[in-house]
Amino acid sequence: MLLALAIAAYSVAACERESRPFRDLRQASSQAQGQPESPLAAGGPSSDRGVPSPFHNSGWGQSEGKRLFTAYNCSGCHANGGGGIGPPLMDDEWIYGFQPGNIYMSIVEGRANGMPAFRNKIPDYQVWQLVAYVQSMTGQTPIDTSPGRSDHLKPHTAEIIQPYQGRRQTGHK
Amino acid sequence: MGGVQSALNPAGPQAGDIATLTWWFLGVCTLVYVAVIAATAWAIFRRRAASDDSPETTAWLARGVVGAVGVTIVILVALTVSSVVAGRGLTSATGSEPVVVDVIGYQWWWEFQYRSSNPSEIVNSPNELHIPVGVPVGIRAISRDVIHSFWVPRLHGKRDLIPGIETSMWIQADRPGVYRGQCAEFCGHQHAHMAFVVVAEPADAFQSWLAHQRRGAPSPSNADQQRGHDVFMGGACVMCHTIRGTTAGSRIGPDLTHVAGRQTIAAGTLPTSREHLARWVVDPQAIKPGNRMPPNPMSDADLQALLTYLETLR
Repeated sequence: MLLALAIAAYSVAACERESRPFRDLRQASSQAQGQPESPLAAGGPSSDRGVPSPFHNSGWGQSEGKRLFTAYNCSGCHANGGGGIGPPLMDDEWIYGFQPGNIYMSIVEGRANGMPAFRNKIPDYQVWQLVAYVQSMTGQTPIDTSPGRSDHLKPHTAEIIQPYQGRRQTGHK
Repeated sequence: MGGVQSALNPAGPQAGDIATLTWWFLGVCTLVYVAVIAATAWAIFRRRAASDDSPETTAWLARGVVGAVGVTIVILVALTVSSVVAGRGLTSATGSEPVVVDVIGYQWWWEFQYRSSNPSEIVNSPNELHIPVGVPVGIRAISRDVIHSFWVPRLHGKRDLIPGIETSMWIQADRPGVYRGQCAEFCGHQHAHMAFVVVAEPADAFQSWLAHQRRGAPSPSNADQQRGHDVFMGGACVMCHTIRGTTAGSRIGPDLTHVAGRQTIAAGTLPTSREHLARWVVDPQAIKPGNRMPPNPMSDADLQALLTYLETLR
């Protein structure tokens, strides 16, 4: 009985972490990102707006952030978190602050030495999804919601492609 | 039997073979079913006679059972052989394929890419596959995310799109027309709204379509169109979409160079019209919840200008 209750309670909590609020995205995509201060300068001093990331506990939000990280070419400079042209994101050194509000401002306003401003280019909720993913890289998010490591980062080829490389399949369904 | 997406209304040689096979299976199996039911009824209602235990009757019944088993084996082998023969004929292309199309599956839309040795002549036609009538068209299918399945019931059977593996098939339409296709492998939230149209047209119409698709987008020709262009380039649209001939070159969402010239938007979800485009741009999540396009709140004037610009992309 207790076990059943525990399982039920855990399931409910797990559902919360996987919920996908598609219907609310319209409100969440209003771009309350303000006007740029000048056409060129990077953002001002890093201010944590004191807001928690709405996707901090969301497995869906973090995995969407992971997808957008590649889609919007964050990986072009930050690689898979290890850095390259841009600073690494998976270490514990934060030039502009590690709070969700800090990361949000870095994405929206851009930073000196090459980080472009994504102001009004990315809807608000996607910025927060990116924030959640960036936080997950340093273990700031619950481990049961953080996305797994990609296949291409593993030391061996994904099993599904191993036997077929360079060969065309003609089997039919 | 009719309909734009019925396997029983074939429009090509392969779908024709599949339909013929289906009817033969149905006919033969129906005959066998009726015979078995009749025999069972006969066995139930037949009175038991005094002569039943005689050697003559026993021998006669044994011959009947052996005969029925023999006929069953012959029918099963014949059906299996015909199925395998038909399947082999469908999968292996005979002769050359004058047109080869790369089919790329995304959650939840299709990209059809026409190969060319000249990179600037490669054509992308999202969610609308044009093919010339009467010739085999090669399909080379891959997926960018999960497993999808390419299925145009009036032209051919299904073929899976598998990440990391290229699968191939060929299709052929015997007469001009518009055929509907659909993803046939569950691939997530909007699997049901992952459709496309196949437009089969005579060779010269196909070539002129291809030549038109190779052209980039026209430049804005008035202030309204220019404003729409600026909304597109200055907002979130440009982060994901391509319009050839402009600076928009992202490859995350469908190529919009000829978006207003296609029959549907959002992978067969809505017919293309100004009103549908407006609803889609402002809140795609209300139409196709879970799809990858974010809602785009904007002022009415900006929206109208954007729609005017999008309508020039024919």
